[in-house]
Amino acid sequence: MNKTRTRTTTKTYELRLYVAGHTAKSLAALANLKRICETHLAGQYRIEVIDLTKTPELAVGDQILALPTLVRRLPEPIKKIIGDLSNEERVLVGLDVQPV
Amino acid sequence: MNKQTSPRATLGLPKAPTGITGLDEITGGGLPAGRPTLVCGSAGCGKTMLAMEFLVRGAAEFGEPGVFMMFEENAAELTANVRSLGFDLDRLVKEKKIALDHVHIERSEIEETGEYDLEGLFIRLGHAIDSIGAKRVVLDTVEALFAGLPNHAILRAELRRLFRWLKNRGMTAIITGEKGEGNAITRYGLEEYVADCVITLDHRVTEQISTRRLRVLKYRGSVHGTNEYPFLIGERGFSVLPITSLRLDHAAPAGRLATGIARLDEMLGGQGVFRGSSVLVSGAPGTGKSSIGAKFAEAACRRGERALLFAYEESSAQILRNMRSIGMDLAPWVKKGLLQIYASRPTLSGLEQHLLAMHDMVKAFRPTVVVVDPISNLTIERSDAEVMPTLMRLIDFLKQQQITSLFTSLTTGGSGTNAAEDSQVGVSSLMDTWLLLRNVEFNGERNRLIYVLKSRGMANSNQVREFVLSDAGIDLVDVYLGADRVLTGTARVAQAAHERSAAKLRREDHERKLRQLAARRKAIEAQIAALNAQGEAEAAEVKFAIAQESLQETTTQQNSAAMAQLRGGSKGGNAPKRGSR
Repeated sequence: MNKTRTRTTTKTYELRLYVAGHTAKSLAALANLKRICETHLAGQYRIEVIDLTKTPELAVGDQILALPTLVRRLPEPIKKIIGDLSNEERVLVGLDVQPV
Repeated sequence: MNKQTSPRATLGLPKAPTGITGLDEITGGGLPAGRPTLVCGSAGCGKTMLAMEFLVRGAAEFGEPGVFMMFEENAAELTANVRSLGFDLDRLVKEKKIALDHVHIERSEIEETGEYDLEGLFIRLGHAIDSIGAKRVVLDTVEALFAGLPNHAILRAELRRLFRWLKNRGMTAIITGEKGEGNAITRYGLEEYVADCVITLDHRVTEQISTRRLRVLKYRGSVHGTNEYPFLIGERGFSVLPITSLRLDHAAPAGRLATGIARLDEMLGGQGVFRGSSVLVSGAPGTGKSSIGAKFAEAACRRGERALLFAYEESSAQILRNMRSIGMDLAPWVKKGLLQIYASRPTLSGLEQHLLAMHDMVKAFRPTVVVVDPISNLTIERSDAEVMPTLMRLIDFLKQQQITSLFTSLTTGGSGTNAAEDSQVGVSSLMDTWLLLRNVEFNGERNRLIYVLKSRGMANSNQVREFVLSDAGIDLVDVYLGADRVLTGTARVAQAAHERSAAKLRREDHERKLRQLAARRKAIEAQIAALNAQGEAEAAEVKFAIAQESLQETTTQQNSAAMAQLRGGSKGGNAPKRGSR
């Protein structure tokens, strides 16, 4: 796949971050995600944070098991990254995003 | 000790009944309540079925809703799979008695970066539990996570936390696991975390016949049966056949039951066998075992009772035809619904499977008499050690239902040897009455003999009888005991004829002797008469001689007088002179 073209074409990354309350891991994951997106996907992303302690029924839909889990809902296909997203390189690979 | 209804009756450890036949008996009331139990075994050994039945029965019978969390099958597949066992999962889910959750994890979709935990699994499980107020949880098979998640260190820590969490929430849980290589109980060593109760399932194929076995490997804080128990997955779900449930406490009715063969009843103390007892009829091929069995069933039908005939050699049509040849028409009883013939191939399934089928049919039909023809076919591939407990279970089951049972058994022993008895020793100890049929070859014929080898609790005949099958039915005939052998068949008939003619000859001889005696008596009488006559004649002669002599004397006197007169001459003669002398 031509990563450059993917990047240049304007498409939105619809991302969903599943967390469980305000744990250290949750906070770290959200901070890491925001930083990576701002760096590499500025203006092309939307982040939705779902706290499963408040809405546990949502866990089934995306087959959430590990937390935190980042789900790339768009563009398809769906991709999942588990962990606190501390490794930027792997997050980019997981999201299929060419680093800037 | 029946703990099924009172799980908390056991000292100390509360138990959650599974409702699975036999399992509650082995575990003394069920699985440890509020704790996880590990069920492990190789693929296809019935782990999911056991877990599912535990959950369904809990929800339907014990008022304990349950969550089934599956990691391999999805909900639709599982629902379809268990429907074959008569569990309607859809209904239970709608009624909020069971919650299903399919946890699916695709390694290829997942990228791992940094720290994580399995809180999502806890949240899902917790949510499912809360939504229906579950008391029971099944995780089937949680080990699938090892394939989906690369970081096994995290996974192990999380599983440990999960089992503790389940315990803290008071969930009675079943966690299934694949059997590991070699001696490992599970592939990923789950037994380290679930230490309260471990049950292993096994699926073995011996001589092409499969047997499933269950064993309670460990049950912390409770006594349990430690043996391997055969179990079955049948139309009514999972059933374990524990030998320990053999409590020897069945009632012993004193009522008697006619066997349908009057002379046989006579041999058995005149009234036949006890109700609820077991009868073994053993014998070499062609000795008439099946006929006795069929007669036994027919007699029950005649009394208006129900009889169930398990045939492992002949089809039911064949039995009907063959029995007609000895004057026994079973078809009307079948039509009336009093007789049920269940014919199947003994090799169709293992002994346990047959046993389960028998259980089910007996429970459904509720007969008073059960005939199994023959048990030797069921036991054909098995050693005695294996067959005994299974038959014991069957006999015990029948006795507890107070069903009178008759088993026929084929023996290899020919005529006259003791092999017939020897080969049945294992089974015969379970039987109350044992009839032995034997072929006797003599005088160019084979004839059938019947003995009562034993009959518990009644006076029984020690006599050998000849067993005669004819188009008029079954009959027992006294045998002739000759010099030092029994006579049967035509030899018996010949002997009878011989004895008849001998008797006739003797009778004639007597008559002849009587006649001779009479003749002799007559002759003697005649002699006596002759002697009498002679005597009379002699007497008459003597009389005559005397008379003659006296006459002579008179005549002589007269002559001399006359002469004297004549001598005395002219004057008055000499006579007065003489006379005056």
